Amino acid sequence: MGKRIGMEVGIAAAEAVGLCNIDVAAVYPITPQSHIAEHLSDIVHDGRIDAEFITVESEHSSISACAGASATGARVYTATSSQGLMYMHEVLPIVSAMRLPVVMGNANRAIAGPLNIWNDHSDIMNQRDCGWIVMHAENGQEVIDMTIQSFKIAEHADVMLPTVLNMDGFQLTHMIEPLEFPTQEEVNAFLPDRVPYATLHPDKPVSMGCFNMPEIFTETMKVKDTALINSKKTIIKIWNEWGKQFGRYYKPVESYKSKGAETLILTMGSMGETASVAVDELKKVGKSVGLVKMRLWRPFPLDELRAAIKGCKTLIVMDRAVTFGGIGGPVATEIKSLIYHDKDRPRIVNYLMGLGGRDVTVEDFIVMVERAAKKKDETYEFYGVRE
Amino acid sequence: MKQKKWPEAWQEVTPGCMVFEPGNASTYKTGSWRAQRPIWDNKKCIKCGICYIFCPEACVSETGEGFFAANLDYCKGCGICAHECWPQAIVMMEEEV
Repeated sequence: MGKRIGMEVGIAAAEAVGLCNIDVAAVYPITPQSHIAEHLSDIVHDGRIDAEFITVESEHSSISACAGASATGARVYTATSSQGLMYMHEVLPIVSAMRLPVVMGNANRAIAGPLNIWNDHSDIMNQRDCGWIVMHAENGQEVIDMTIQSFKIAEHADVMLPTVLNMDGFQLTHMIEPLEFPTQEEVNAFLPDRVPYATLHPDKPVSMGCFNMPEIFTETMKVKDTALINSKKTIIKIWNEWGKQFGRYYKPVESYKSKGAETLILTMGSMGETASVAVDELKKVGKSVGLVKMRLWRPFPLDELRAAIKGCKTLIVMDRAVTFGGIGGPVATEIKSLIYHDKDRPRIVNYLMGLGGRDVTVEDFIVMVERAAKKKDETYEFYGVRE
Repeated sequence: MKQKKWPEAWQEVTPGCMVFEPGNASTYKTGSWRAQRPIWDNKKCIKCGICYIFCPEACVSETGEGFFAANLDYCKGCGICAHECWPQAIVMMEEEV
């Protein structure tokens, strides 16, 4: 393990990709982007890695180029953000249906309109049902680690599904953090070469992405759903392998000082760091508060989440996206669905917060916890909205 | 008409529903879709082959005498051949139910 260096997280994500022996990267190189694509193009241009860097005319094309390259057996990466991810949307379910292990880095940013560009989770929440493995990083080190893990997870013979690693736009992607990089030898020891299930090659013809009649479409959907659910086992296995080699362990759901806590805060992404400071502050004044952080969004970590929130009286779910006209934020809605049958389920308090780059401070988390104690119903609330 | 066999259960579907047998679309006989069939009147046919060129299913082929006929295993009865035929040598006949 090398020494700690200061680096912007977006650039670190590209450096991590550079360690993964990729064959092809296809990106739309202008807005909306982060520094990931820009720096990755530098790495390829400077000859530091032997890869094709395809600059295409749109994100619809970048993800399509990735699908094509992946179908030939190549190791493929792409990066996008916000509107770019929205423009990829049509192709995303096709990539997962074809079981192509494309790895994506997504700098989470609000979607228009109105045009905003700053951080929230509205871009990825709109891709919820695309059949991809969806993970959220909390800090720069996790971005490096999880980028490298993503290739091993996606390409594993028991998975064969695309992955998207979410990192909060600006809050993470544009921050300079102290980071540790594994060496090339260490990554090589962790990440084997891709062994594709099938490749497009004239010597051994195969048809991918075939037309499905009503007689088989339902079965194909069942296979895809099962593949995504079953991938959790392999994801956990690979995270444990990473932990053994590098000493940093990853779990689908992380708990922080949550044991015996009456009130739990639930977060996804970078706000977990801020919330953990708020938990420390609240514990100092005798409040029974803990924190639960979801790292894995798809496949949904049913058992792990249920275990993590067991016994708490109030669960405060932080949603960084709005489900317009719905019954709460996307995370809260799913958690309510998860615990619907549970006898001793906690009361759910749901805040829609941190939208479009609105800063959420330690004090904000403390206020939200205090207000949650007084809240009588389980309706959702736009935290911090001016009234 | 022999029809394609579907997998018995979802567990038999290959990952990504990939197909490893080249050209197996030919086992799917689209002729069952047909409501009308093309009938050639060889007295009017000038053997130009426009029906062969335009058939989207590529199921029209030349017979021994230079006339044309459709393979009814695949002909969907779209009527494009009849529409394009210059001397109007093709008529579409209702299939009997």
